[in-house]
Amino acid sequence: MSEQPRDNILELTGLTKRFGGLVAVDNVSLHIKRGEVFALIGPNGAGKTTLFNNVTGLFRPTSGNVLFDGRDITGFKPHQVARLGIARTFQNIRLFDYMSCLDNVRVGRHVRMKAKVWDSLFKLPRERREEERVTDEAMEVLRFVGIAKHANQYARNLAYGQQRRLEIARALATEPKLLLLDEPAAGFTPQEKVELMALVKKILNRGITVFLIEHDMKVVMGISERIVVLDHGEKIAEGSPEEVRNDTKVIEAYLGKSA
Amino acid sequence: MSNAAPARRRSLRERIGFRERIRDRDTAVYGILILLALMFPLVSYNITEGTAWISHATRAGYWVLLAIGLNVVVGFAGLLDLGYAAFFAIGAYTYALLASPQLASSPANHAVHISFWILIFVSLMMAALFGAILGFPTLRLRGDYLAIVTLGFGEIVPQLFYNFDQWTGGINAVGLIDQPLLPAWVQGPWSGDPEFKIVSPFNFNTDPVAYYVLVCFLVAIAVVLVTNLYNSRLGRAWMAIREDEVAAAAMGINTVTTKLLAFGIGASFSGFAGAYYAADVALVSPDNFLFIVSITVLVMVVLGGMGNVSGVIIGALVMYYLIFILIPGLPEIVTGFASNVGLGSLNQSTGDWPGLGEETQRLNFIIYGGILVAVMLLRPQGLLPSRVREQELKHAAVQEEEAAIEMSHA
Amino acid sequence: MSLPDYGFYILCGTAVILLAAQAVTHPTQFFQVFIFGLTQGAIYALVALGYTMVYGIIELINFAHGDVFTLGAYIGTTLLGFFAITEGTFTAINLIALIIVFPVVMLIMGGINITIERVAYRPLRNAPRLAPLITAIGMSFFLEGVMFLWRGPATVHFPDILPTQSWYVAGVFFGVRDIFVVVVGAVLVSLLAVFINQTKLGKAMRATAQDRDAAQLMGIDINRTIAATFFIGALLAGAGGIIWGLYYNTIYYQLGFRSGLIAFTAAVFGGIGNIPGAAIGGLVIGLTAAFSDSYIGSKWTQVVIFGILIGVLVFRPTGLLGMRVPEK
Repeated sequence: MSEQPRDNILELTGLTKRFGGLVAVDNVSLHIKRGEVFALIGPNGAGKTTLFNNVTGLFRPTSGNVLFDGRDITGFKPHQVARLGIARTFQNIRLFDYMSCLDNVRVGRHVRMKAKVWDSLFKLPRERREEERVTDEAMEVLRFVGIAKHANQYARNLAYGQQRRLEIARALATEPKLLLLDEPAAGFTPQEKVELMALVKKILNRGITVFLIEHDMKVVMGISERIVVLDHGEKIAEGSPEEVRNDTKVIEAYLGKSA
Repeated sequence: MSNAAPARRRSLRERIGFRERIRDRDTAVYGILILLALMFPLVSYNITEGTAWISHATRAGYWVLLAIGLNVVVGFAGLLDLGYAAFFAIGAYTYALLASPQLASSPANHAVHISFWILIFVSLMMAALFGAILGFPTLRLRGDYLAIVTLGFGEIVPQLFYNFDQWTGGINAVGLIDQPLLPAWVQGPWSGDPEFKIVSPFNFNTDPVAYYVLVCFLVAIAVVLVTNLYNSRLGRAWMAIREDEVAAAAMGINTVTTKLLAFGIGASFSGFAGAYYAADVALVSPDNFLFIVSITVLVMVVLGGMGNVSGVIIGALVMYYLIFILIPGLPEIVTGFASNVGLGSLNQSTGDWPGLGEETQRLNFIIYGGILVAVMLLRPQGLLPSRVREQELKHAAVQEEEAAIEMSHA
Repeated sequence: MSLPDYGFYILCGTAVILLAAQAVTHPTQFFQVFIFGLTQGAIYALVALGYTMVYGIIELINFAHGDVFTLGAYIGTTLLGFFAITEGTFTAINLIALIIVFPVVMLIMGGINITIERVAYRPLRNAPRLAPLITAIGMSFFLEGVMFLWRGPATVHFPDILPTQSWYVAGVFFGVRDIFVVVVGAVLVSLLAVFINQTKLGKAMRATAQDRDAAQLMGIDINRTIAATFFIGALLAGAGGIIWGLYYNTIYYQLGFRSGLIAFTAAVFGGIGNIPGAAIGGLVIGLTAAFSDSYIGSKWTQVVIFGILIGVLVFRPTGLLGMRVPEK
């Protein structure tokens, strides 16, 4: 653990989130290196999604800090976090149902667009040019995740797997430096899981760091370089897939103490 | 990433035609509307030899403006506004006070007469300003609370115009409101004149058709602007918030300012319509802006098909016809019918029976309420629902092409 | 505590201090207004409960509810017409008539409200959110139309059959009718509280309000539970209508429109979806209206009430007692 701070894209120090008496995330510190795939695992209710929500500004941490790209973003609003370069997907897919796939992705481009109200109101040439460019870029992203032919369909009409892809596409459209995937393989067939792993590799090749929550151990072990295990809000293990797999605390957490 | 020739991508995008395709139906609707709007003055003169239809069309026009504006708030951004008439009142009073003798008898002691063409923008700004003032503290609230806040605001505003009667004349209304002036105008068969002539200078009170033309222009401008917004960065941000506010925020949309923009822009349409309304009716009283007005506009929007501009226009026209022409005209129709089929005796009132005409009039509420319920049950999405985008691609060729590209990427 | 909270407490505190000052300097007038506000508040509370229950369970602002309240008064006056009641005094027949008419009107209104729910809201349960709102407005017009058609546009007399005894206590005038309104209101609200907290159906209603899908999975019949909510809301509104009639002796077909909005405000004030909140909100709004009428001027009452509504939502969006609307 002797990396220079600049090598870390995300650092959490002593992150704690309480809801009333319940401590959902308890003093968790971790750091994610630029360009790696980092996985967060743990039994149901371990506080994984809450941790995501604290990073993306949906919740304000009770205490502790979130450092992104060397900048303290603790307590930032979600849209500010997105602007700085963190994008995410949701555990229960949250697409814009009654918008086309293309528009879903174009919403993702929002944060990188410049058009002001006046530009749009009068459709000034620069707005027109930007729209054309953004449409091309959005199609490019749809192609990247492999659902371009559904561009004109309502998001709600896509098959489940395609919806997951669309959500990733939408997140990618914000040009993130760090992509948070919340159980991207949930409900996938083995074939789809293989495809997802390929997609994550492709995303990594674009220079985007990936931070994922996943239950499926095949996926986790297959793509992540480092893993943190959370149980009851606390970090109980950290390390490479092999180290984590052989950690007694982890085995206990998953199988129960009696094991 | 793919560096496939940009030229090809462009042609592809054009062939998929995101914009073009949804406009198919809209083009038809707008085409028909423009045609009708152009023919209407001439036809109505020849049929009725009077201006009753024209003034109906003029009044329908400001309802259309209101509906287009409310649609931005409710249909695009998904914010329920139950006090929309308040902004209409603010626009109307802005014009009425600054273009009438009213302020001469107020503490200001000095009548103000500013040109309509300037005040229409001032009214717009005033309404937008109040929209922003109301929206700023309240838009961070959840959707339903916003509805309730706007409801309260809509109740307060007309009451304030009542209460500050030193300024507004209160229940006595503001009268003698100035009419718009233009340097020149063309009259012809559409205004009841057998021949064309140029009137210069022109005052709007000399020809009801002028208001009709004005409102058609205002509606056309409104449609263009709102459609531009719909297809823009801001329009998509609104819809994203409507669909899922949390996800929208996670995509980098500042939900508070985006909602504030919807609220302000919606209000400004209402203010704009208000100035026009004040000039047209030349008499503005707080009674013209009660809750029922907000509700009527909301019904127009929902009934027409929320989010879809052409649907909302149709909804406004249909509802206008229903509320202001058909239902009030029913007693006459029914009594006429009864006389014709030899049941004329029913038209007389005897004892408990108030007469068929009166009885029909008493049924107005029931008929109106019944229609609202029935239409919503039959078409919960509205008459012309928003077909946000084509659900399926029509051109198999495009699909194949995309599939081929995907293969090559895989 | 955050800034909005301080704002809220400062506003409330100012109001309480101003009122206390009045109470000390002009106690007679103060308590007179207080009694009037209390009676009005009891009626608003009964109506507000219907709004809050329906909103809590299906997130619908039931615009027709105020008209259900008015229709209750209309049916009440008609039914009382069948008895040989004596106006201006209190007879045994009056008492019998009241004992019979109260439950009958309440049940009729319950039945009507269930029908409304069945016809106008249930088919739209999965429709866009605004569709049921529009049908609610439509049903409101429809009910007003029914009353208009039935009794015409003029005000309708409601028999004055309560005991007329009244007393002056320390210069404050109050009558049996004041006590009657407050007591009946309190009894009905308590019965409702017991029902919601103790019975199986009440628990089902709370569960459905919390999470409809989960409630369904637990074997709760959603349709029946929602219908029951409308039924109970209408029972209270019907009772409220009769009480209004007995107290003011005048009703008219659009009565429910304005009082409905005010009752709805009361529901929001107490924290919409929150049943005790609605009862307290009703009282607070009734008192506010009465104090505003006499200390500020009746033409400002509407501004005051809706101003409070906006203030509450801005400074304390969960209402006085907190919102019990489930998070999505």
